Amino acid sequence: MILKPSPQDLKNIGYYLGKIILGLGLMMFIPVIFGIALGEINPALDFLIGLEITLIFGLVLSKLCFTEEDLSWMQGMIVVSLSWLAATLLGAIPLYLSGHWSSYLDTCFDAMSGFATTGLTLVQDLDHLSLTHNLWRHLIMFIGGQGIVIVALSFFVKGASGAFKMYVGEARDERILPNVVHTSRFIWLVSITYLILGTLALGTIGVFEGMKPLNAFFHGACVFMAAFDTGGFAPQSQNILYYHSLPFEAVTIVIMLLGAINFKLHYHIWMGNRKEILKNIETRALFVAIMATFLVVALGLNQKGVYAGAIALFRKGFYQLVSGHTGTGFMTIYAQQFISDWNHLALVGVIIAMGLGGAVCSTTGAIKMLRIGTVFKALLEDIKRIILPDKAIVVKKMHHIKDIFLEDKQARAALLITLAYLCLYGLGALIGMWFGYPFLESLFESTSAAGNVGLSCGITAVTMPAALKLTYIFQMWAGRLEFMSVFTLIGFLVSVFRGR
Amino acid sequence: MMVKKVHGSWFIVCGFIFLLATNCYAQPVSSTELISSAKAYDGKTVAYAGEVIGDVMVRGEYAWANINDGQNAIGVWMGKALAANISYSGSYKSKGDLVEIVGVFHRACPEHGGDLDIHAQGIRKMSNGKQVTEKLNLSKRNMSLVLLGVLCLVLILRQLKQA
Repeated sequence: MILKPSPQDLKNIGYYLGKIILGLGLMMFIPVIFGIALGEINPALDFLIGLEITLIFGLVLSKLCFTEEDLSWMQGMIVVSLSWLAATLLGAIPLYLSGHWSSYLDTCFDAMSGFATTGLTLVQDLDHLSLTHNLWRHLIMFIGGQGIVIVALSFFVKGASGAFKMYVGEARDERILPNVVHTSRFIWLVSITYLILGTLALGTIGVFEGMKPLNAFFHGACVFMAAFDTGGFAPQSQNILYYHSLPFEAVTIVIMLLGAINFKLHYHIWMGNRKEILKNIETRALFVAIMATFLVVALGLNQKGVYAGAIALFRKGFYQLVSGHTGTGFMTIYAQQFISDWNHLALVGVIIAMGLGGAVCSTTGAIKMLRIGTVFKALLEDIKRIILPDKAIVVKKMHHIKDIFLEDKQARAALLITLAYLCLYGLGALIGMWFGYPFLESLFESTSAAGNVGLSCGITAVTMPAALKLTYIFQMWAGRLEFMSVFTLIGFLVSVFRGR
Repeated sequence: MMVKKVHGSWFIVCGFIFLLATNCYAQPVSSTELISSAKAYDGKTVAYAGEVIGDVMVRGEYAWANINDGQNAIGVWMGKALAANISYSGSYKSKGDLVEIVGVFHRACPEHGGDLDIHAQGIRKMSNGKQVTEKLNLSKRNMSLVLLGVLCLVLILRQLKQA
């Protein structure tokens, strides 16, 4: 029997949702101040309107649903999934007011793409978009990469024991420090330290490459936020191709890889345990996966013969591959070139890389390396069991921060999430094909959306069907939250209508 | 006499055609056409027109300018002297110069790490860019004021209820 949710369930969900919306509203102060400082008055007004609507919504919700009760697991998961939808709808308001998006659906597409650190975009005339709006496009990646709930946990939800339930619901099942609020603050500390260093590095390169200093450092900050949070937006329509710069590409590769590493690993490196990076199953798996998929891409590109020298092949092939593997979506080629200049083998290499992703508890999407490593180890264990005598005891260990004995339940959980991602990639590809796009292109774009990557082979465009835009929005949302909170929300909605 | 006149006319027409071919620009090719049919245009001299956007990035004796024709922006590699003709580049606060360039198109430029680009041989400014002065949008201002009132009301009601 399905039980109908009680009024107290709704109150708890509404109260914490209101708190998170308030956190989002306060983040909008940044572009308002930035816009005023740069003299971009109309863009500043767009954000003032967005901020006011968001704060009103958050205040009313947290007041109407005021409660001192703690969240249950189910409520925590629902708060997280609803927070992401609310952030998309409210965060899209200032972007829509700019007039650079042709419909509110397109704006929501970009807002979800930003929060989920995907990078697919439907913006029009990006080269004339205000710096204020551009800052917000990248800031939402920074917020979404760390986690919308992390923002609220860090500043608003002090010491609430329900915090951990929301933290887990946002696809972060690893605590770096014993206290989840301290964990959230550590994540911010790492991100802001790298933000300063990354902006300085990219800004300095920009100045040496001929950009005006203000532009160079603004681009540096935006590109850093998009790279470290494995987002993929860029301030100009040509994405990273705009800079025509090898040093810029090299530094963004390093930042993308830093973003693809587990925050827990960052913590251990910061604490001086540098050997962990060599021993960790995730970094090992990431290295092997990047090399293997690059081999496929390089063979494909070599067959096609578009890139004459090894340097050109490496700059184009390796850059798009790392961008895809880390879930960033930066591009140094045009979307159409994936189809016209790359052959099927190279495309498949990139699709596999996009589908695998980076580390758990990082800013990347997709299946992730810990699960790939776990499944691989479990497979080896099973093969050993078959080969060795019946009485032999097979014990499989793996190293992730500490030595872990591999159990069946871990392998099962890793396989289930892997299967869910594969189904999500396939679902998007089927819908793409239903709208008449070829198989490989549909699979490419679907994997990119569901894996929160952002590479595009040209399907993502203003002219694509609204149903396909909605499909990709759903894929970005479900992929970023790693299914559980989305499934819980669906179950909750069923219980609202069918429960007793 | 008549034959001489006809020969003279032909000479003038041929001279005019020669001048057109050497000094004037061919019909510009769109960026979409260049990108989608890159193989066909690779290594050929093309004309391309659009607005200069972003920074003109000087690199030694050369410079990169990105030119957007309304469909895509393409990187154009040109001598520093040619780049000096550009006065405005497009952004939120300015409309960039509209230029037409003639140059060699590369599908995957070996000199620039495989970039799809054009190496400009000549540039012609079609129209000057300008600074864009922002006018205050009154409806946005009024809406923000109304919402500010509502926000204050909500805050006051919350305080009253708490008291």
